[in-house]
Amino acid sequence: MSIQTSLATGDPVAAVAAPEIPAVASRGYWGSVLRRLVRDPVAMAAACVILAIVLAAIFAPLIAPMDPFKGSMVRRLRHVGDATYWLGSDELGRDMLTRLLYAGRLSLFMGVLPVVIAFFVGSGLGILAGYAGGWVNTLIMRVVDVFFAFPSVLLAIALSGALGAGILNSIVSLTVVFVPQITRVAESVTVQIRNRDYVEAARVSGANPFTVVRVQVLGNVLGPVFVYATSLISVSMILASGLSFLGLGVKPPEPEWGLMLNTLRTAIYVNPVVAALPGVMIFITSISFNLLSDGLRSAMEVRQ
Amino acid sequence: MTDLDPRDRGGPAQPLLTVDGLVKHFPGKGGFLGKGPAVRAVDGVDFSVMKGETLGVVGESGCGKSTTARLLMQIARQDRGDIVFDGELLGSRALDLKAYRRQVQMVFQDSYASLNPRLTVEESVAFGPKAHGLSAAAALSRAHDLLRRVGLEPRRFGGRYPHEVSGGQRQRVNIARALALEPRLLILDEAVSALDKSVEAQVLNLLTDLKQEFGLTYIFISHDLNVVRFMSDRVMVMYLGRIAEIGPADAILGAPRHPYTAALLASQPSTDPEARLEEAPLTGDPPNPINPPPGCRFHTRCRFAAEVCRTREPGLDPVAAAHFAACHMASPGSGHPDAPPVPMAA
Amino acid sequence: MNAPLRNPEAAADDALIEVRGLTVDFLGGRKAVRAVGGVDLSIRAGEALALLGESGSGKSVTLRALMRLLPESRTRIAGHLRVDGHDVLALKRKALSAYRGGTVAMIFQDPGLALDPVYRIGDQIAEAVMRHEGVSRAAGRARALELFERVHIPSPARRLDAYPHELSGGMRQRAMIALALACRPKVLLADEPTTALDATVQIQILLLLRELQRDLGLAVIFVTHDVGVAVQVADRVAVMYGGHLVEVGASGDVIGAPAHPYTQGLLASRITPDSPKGVRLPTIPGSPPDLADPPPGCPFEPRCAFAVPACREGLPASLAAGPSHAARCIRLGVPAA
Repeated sequence: MSIQTSLATGDPVAAVAAPEIPAVASRGYWGSVLRRLVRDPVAMAAACVILAIVLAAIFAPLIAPMDPFKGSMVRRLRHVGDATYWLGSDELGRDMLTRLLYAGRLSLFMGVLPVVIAFFVGSGLGILAGYAGGWVNTLIMRVVDVFFAFPSVLLAIALSGALGAGILNSIVSLTVVFVPQITRVAESVTVQIRNRDYVEAARVSGANPFTVVRVQVLGNVLGPVFVYATSLISVSMILASGLSFLGLGVKPPEPEWGLMLNTLRTAIYVNPVVAALPGVMIFITSISFNLLSDGLRSAMEVRQ
Repeated sequence: MTDLDPRDRGGPAQPLLTVDGLVKHFPGKGGFLGKGPAVRAVDGVDFSVMKGETLGVVGESGCGKSTTARLLMQIARQDRGDIVFDGELLGSRALDLKAYRRQVQMVFQDSYASLNPRLTVEESVAFGPKAHGLSAAAALSRAHDLLRRVGLEPRRFGGRYPHEVSGGQRQRVNIARALALEPRLLILDEAVSALDKSVEAQVLNLLTDLKQEFGLTYIFISHDLNVVRFMSDRVMVMYLGRIAEIGPADAILGAPRHPYTAALLASQPSTDPEARLEEAPLTGDPPNPINPPPGCRFHTRCRFAAEVCRTREPGLDPVAAAHFAACHMASPGSGHPDAPPVPMAA
Repeated sequence: MNAPLRNPEAAADDALIEVRGLTVDFLGGRKAVRAVGGVDLSIRAGEALALLGESGSGKSVTLRALMRLLPESRTRIAGHLRVDGHDVLALKRKALSAYRGGTVAMIFQDPGLALDPVYRIGDQIAEAVMRHEGVSRAAGRARALELFERVHIPSPARRLDAYPHELSGGMRQRAMIALALACRPKVLLADEPTTALDATVQIQILLLLRELQRDLGLAVIFVTHDVGVAVQVADRVAVMYGGHLVEVGASGDVIGAPAHPYTQGLLASRITPDSPKGVRLPTIPGSPPDLADPPPGCPFEPRCAFAVPACREGLPASLAAGPSHAARCIRLGVPAA
């Protein structure tokens, strides 16, 4: 039950909302971005889907019809549309609907938290490298390059394997996977912004570098990096599910979409629809995050 | 002309700015290991700007005028050469970079790129004073004063974002921002070039007024010779990183002594249909500053080029009162067939 | 009463380009923006017209409408556009692509819009000739060489094998002109092609365009904001303001004796070598109209020193200011022929 308590403190909603902090920096610009985003039907539909999934995960104890852990050996692998088990039951006779709702908590948490941490760490490193230039840049970016030598899936598996199975270790290894990617984006955006006339004008006004970065650079860099980070949430969810599937992440009997996919794989010939349900959830959630991220990008691009 | 600035040190006879032997080469790209021949953007430039005057700088792309401006602002550091501001060497104990930058400011060509899109107009203007220790409220009220001074009602425009004002208004904001630190020297790098003609006239009038009011000294960089002639007391013509000619505006643009200045003047399209040009004064593009020609850098495009021009680089020699030209034809005894005779030894 | 603004010398039947009541609206915003508010224009073969105006005057939009280059989903073009017998607004896909390049070609301020950075310039020109005229690659290459000689590119055979970025600014502009001429168009549309160039290079390109216009009998519409450039390339000048053509005439008449207060203000605020130093420059007060919410009558009325209540009652008719000179200003009195 230790997982239940950690879930209660690490509220997934807070984690989702956290990256929106830069929105406060300049209301006028972000206000217009929001207005354009609201007018984008695809992005809005994706946002609604995400919101529904998040709410369903939070209120799982209230809306789930059954106990996620209580199984029944006689009612195993019921089909979708069953009178008692609306979305069928799994290989241990647990209600799929209940488990899918509960699993959203861990899956979202593991999809979002590594990206949030990596967003802050990577942006900091990238802005430092991009603005300072010189040997600082060389040092940070060459280290980043080393991480890029490994495919991200392989890196996540290797790190999780080395650290050992478990939720915390999965989050650490996923964060390590994403930090170099975000650092690289933040660095390239910072280098571009740094050479803009307004940053040069701020520099020649005699302001210290910290002030120049805070006022002139930060808001312009965090926007594009934030968009990139939202697109990583789907990757993170899939990787987290993959780790669980391989037994490196969440341990049974905790419900988690990736893990459910793993344990149900034996039932693929008996009840393929039920076996595929966790995969469908992963698919819907990650594609929604991607569509929202795309919408956000186009809403931020227009300057009129 | 104006009240004596309390920061003035050497009196009106001492130049506000003196530049000595300024050199900036940018490392070239391409070639083995990514190192090609250097771009010789500024290649030995000396000039001075007197207090309260406007020095116009003209020249084509690659002549080094923008690099010179960036060196003067210390956005880029020179490879060699000294900058002396009101008698103090930049970088000496008496004049550190921060103190220098408070007195020298710049207005860029692209009014949009030089304002942070995420800051309101008043925030952009208040940024400099705030960075120099003024309280937020004091900086904002200073920004409002300056916006009003450049013709933008702060209550109407202060809270707007750069994309919400017109190009001419944006350039006024940039001027207010540059003035916010009370500089003594303002570098205007093609500051009106991107504006429509009717707006350009408004901004030029504003610049003239501000110069009087704040006792400013201008370095006015432009490719438009008519605007430079209108604004400047003295004019400096640059070609491929060197000074071709420098002197009083009316002399340079009225009776140029360097064939390049003459060609630049002749290239301006006339508004008189009867006076249309039938032949281009110069052929070809300006050569690349990566490999400037030997001898006089202009000899490849000069119709008067003689043997001496291909081999020996002309010095910047006096041709009239306060008027200097780097041309063998203006230098007695240079060996050019059209050079004036050497005056008899006294 | 509302006589179209046209060159009285050019009868409608010998006009190569005939524009009547052209309006262009940009959709997509909260309110449609009327970028061009009813332009009438006729140009004969071999004639060069300069379209003079400031940013937002509608000069470039008018030019792009003639080439149907405006994004179809976000613009609404109405009016009558006839170029060399083609009803431009009715052209279907295939006919449109033959019309572009074959009848009308365009050159831009940025050669990057016309030249593909990853192909050799000679191949691009040969490709265009092959596609339009159905000839062999060798014939296309031969034509490309001929065109490079035509636009005075030194050592043309070698330059054909260059990529756009390997050429200097002036050479790229010449190469773009060569590409525009590849399919022997009758009309050349030029959208500020010399604005980004250095003065000594600009004059070379202007002279080249005039030479080509004369030798090839091209009709040229040259969009510019620079009065000197307009006079250098064109015999006739049309001044645009706020989406309307406010004055048209022989360049000597329009520049020497402007009839419209906007043209007068524009010329007065120009700095010339004779502008006295230290004297304030005359300026036009205010700023150009908001095209989403234009003034009801004359577009210049809010800024005009001569405005009277009648100016607000509708767009002034085009009135004669001289034998080949007309302007939309009620102060002129007599309707243009």
